[in-house]
Amino acid sequence: MFSFCADPETLGTFRWFSCYLTNGVHMSFYLSFVKVLVLLAVTAPVALSFGFVGAMAARSHFPPLSWLGKGYIAIVRGVPDIAFFLFFVIALDQAFEWTRHQILCPDWTDPIRQGNDFLVCPSAKLPLGSAPEWVHETYGFFLAVITFAIVFGAFAANVLFGGMRAVPHAQLETAAAYGMSRRQTFWRVLVPQMWVYALPGLSNLWMVLIKATPLLFLLGIEDIVYWARELGGTKTSQFTAYPHGDWRMWYFLFLLLFYLGMTRVSEIGLERLMRRLSRGQATAAGELLRKETTA
Amino acid sequence: MSCWQTIQDYGLRSIGIGERLLPKGDFTLCEHFTLIGSGMIWNVYFGVLAMTTGFFLATALALGKASPNRWLRKPAEWFIFVFRGSPLFIQFFFAYFFFLSLKKSYPMFDAFTSAWLGALIVLFLNTAAYSGEIFYGALRSIPKGDIEAADAYGLSGWARFRRIVWPTMLRLAWPAYTNEAIFLFHATTLVFFSAFPAWQQRGDALYYASYFADKTFNPFVPYPILAFYFILLTLLIVWGFGLVNTRLNRHLPAETRGKMRFRLNLAR
Repeated sequence: MFSFCADPETLGTFRWFSCYLTNGVHMSFYLSFVKVLVLLAVTAPVALSFGFVGAMAARSHFPPLSWLGKGYIAIVRGVPDIAFFLFFVIALDQAFEWTRHQILCPDWTDPIRQGNDFLVCPSAKLPLGSAPEWVHETYGFFLAVITFAIVFGAFAANVLFGGMRAVPHAQLETAAAYGMSRRQTFWRVLVPQMWVYALPGLSNLWMVLIKATPLLFLLGIEDIVYWARELGGTKTSQFTAYPHGDWRMWYFLFLLLFYLGMTRVSEIGLERLMRRLSRGQATAAGELLRKETTA
Repeated sequence: MSCWQTIQDYGLRSIGIGERLLPKGDFTLCEHFTLIGSGMIWNVYFGVLAMTTGFFLATALALGKASPNRWLRKPAEWFIFVFRGSPLFIQFFFAYFFFLSLKKSYPMFDAFTSAWLGALIVLFLNTAAYSGEIFYGALRSIPKGDIEAADAYGLSGWARFRRIVWPTMLRLAWPAYTNEAIFLFHATTLVFFSAFPAWQQRGDALYYASYFADKTFNPFVPYPILAFYFILLTLLIVWGFGLVNTRLNRHLPAETRGKMRFRLNLAR
């Protein structure tokens, strides 16, 4: 990175670290932080929309749909989320490959499950065997995002379902008295008001989502945990210009601090959002805000 | 091989009793159930011990955080913040490598690098922080009248805490604490997927489930079995904590006591 980095052995402590921390592998390490942020940015809205659909389904007056929604919410209860992660990553992959197999190779006669193997025709493989490395990585990341969205979508559905039920019934009755249809009541009265009730749950969920991001490591993504283990391990001078002992502890301490920072910033941000959303609401917090402004 | 034979061979495999080698191929449903069930021993071990020990630290933390003395309050606040603000997964990794480097200088830390102690300590501290926050919230919502009544009866200090504050705190915190217990048991599945090694392939339920899934490349059998065990465990926790809840509320008239409503907050 810097011009004086050509011969690290001769450098003083400060310069040594400035070279060490900016070498090529560390850039991959920093890039993996971007991966985490991208995962959060993509997963949060997708999971929220999964949750919204799930909550709508659970509220439905059509029993099978309501069972489906409630089942989706309930199935995630009672089972560790990490089991879901491990399950969905394989299950989704196999589901995609199986679907492609059915479409692309209709005249394939061999069974797909042969003993302990899952064999689809070569053209149905995902990604294709000939695909470049980045396609494999992107596909893995894509699977991870869907997995996260499914699991957290169920959490969000639970929260939103609670939020929808918490809206005072009088509000809905008033809407009906004004002659609004069920659909109009839902979109114009229920949805705008439910957020303030759902927000404490959703902000909790956001925190849990942040804290679930290191599980990317288990899904086979080269994420921050992967790099921290790689970079922190003992390096001898044979393989690198920057030999050092076992520093994994310090790398993970850094990750710990990174996450503490993330959650602290989110906490402050969510508090502000809550304040903003409480304005004009018929809740204790809204009442407090009203008093503050009128006093 | 009959299923009974499999149970004898693998029923206690996770704690090192029985057959040494894991089954290699052509897994039967019975083997799935037995090995994953055997792994549950570890989940229960971690969960129960961390919960019982964590309970006391959690009470201390809640009292510390509610204390007017800043020398008690600040450490409790920081402890809770650090353990609630960072992922358990990273805490496991950090603790493992921390113990590993301690072990290099002091060999007596040898046991800390194995899961049964090292991971247990992390889980203990982690659940203490989460439960501490729950208890702190409950402590702050104890009705003012209860404490005034205690004062009026001449109770103070330890007696007031023991007879009024603590039981009321537990009563208010209990539903949330049940939720935390469920989460703790779920979190125990992380142990062998973080840095802690599963010595001689003695792992927990998820460890064996993923072993089967890796070997057969079929996730549709082992994970539902795991889910079955965990749902059973969850029901057991809900039932057990429900009993305690009834006892905590036994002085209330029956109609206000009601049933403990489990609005299972999935997020903690």
